[in-house]
Amino acid sequence: MGVLIRRNGIVLLMCVELMLNAVNLLFTAFSTYFQDSAGQIFVFFIMVVAAAEVAVGLAILVMIYRNTKSVDISLLDKLKH
Amino acid sequence: MLGYLFYILSGLTILTAIMMIAARNPVHSVLYLIATFFMVSGQYLLMNAQFLFVVNIIVYAGAIMVLFLFVLMLLNLNKETEPQKSMKTKLAGVIAGGLLLITLLGALIKGNVSSENLPITDIGLVKNLGRVLFTDFVVPFEISSVLFLSAMVGAILVGKRHNGETEVISE
Repeated sequence: MGVLIRRNGIVLLMCVELMLNAVNLLFTAFSTYFQDSAGQIFVFFIMVVAAAEVAVGLAILVMIYRNTKSVDISLLDKLKH
Repeated sequence: MLGYLFYILSGLTILTAIMMIAARNPVHSVLYLIATFFMVSGQYLLMNAQFLFVVNIIVYAGAIMVLFLFVLMLLNLNKETEPQKSMKTKLAGVIAGGLLLITLLGALIKGNVSSENLPITDIGLVKNLGRVLFTDFVVPFEISSVLFLSAMVGAILVGKRHNGETEVISE
């Protein structure tokens, strides 16, 4: 929900992290429920992907800030016009 | 006893998550997100997933949040004048989130998940998870290391200042 209603790029990335965390929690809960360790291994891989995604996303955000002097993602609608 | 702890932790998790989305100042958002991560780590501990508990604290609260705070300080957004989205967009966001919540609740109610007499599991311990990770999941593990390397190289490449790229893009 935060991804839809916020415009600050950093807060947007944090909301994506929050959603990934929700999925992690659900995976862990069902892995405990079904006594299956594959779910927890999957959570581990999700964490790996989230860390890589944050690194690249923040680099892109710094690049956007350097070019537009803002992290407002609504400035980046040039493809629409 | 553990049930009460679970309810308290869940309530605090949801509260801090909503505060994170609603906070105006991005620094407050980051702090609330750290609190949320610690609450989620507590949930992992309640489910006896100790490996995930430790990894969650180290990776999320330790590494990713420091990265966020570092970029926040680097960008120096002290006077945050974030323009608000229109009411229509906010309404669409709330409706989309609410529909997802209803879907998940419906699936949980229909799914007939009973919670009685769950045995205490030890699959979340480091020993057992490590054995599974290095026997059944070796190939994804190695591929994830390649993914990390490529993400690192990509982040450095994107973040590097190229020559002659200092002009500000106009509206």
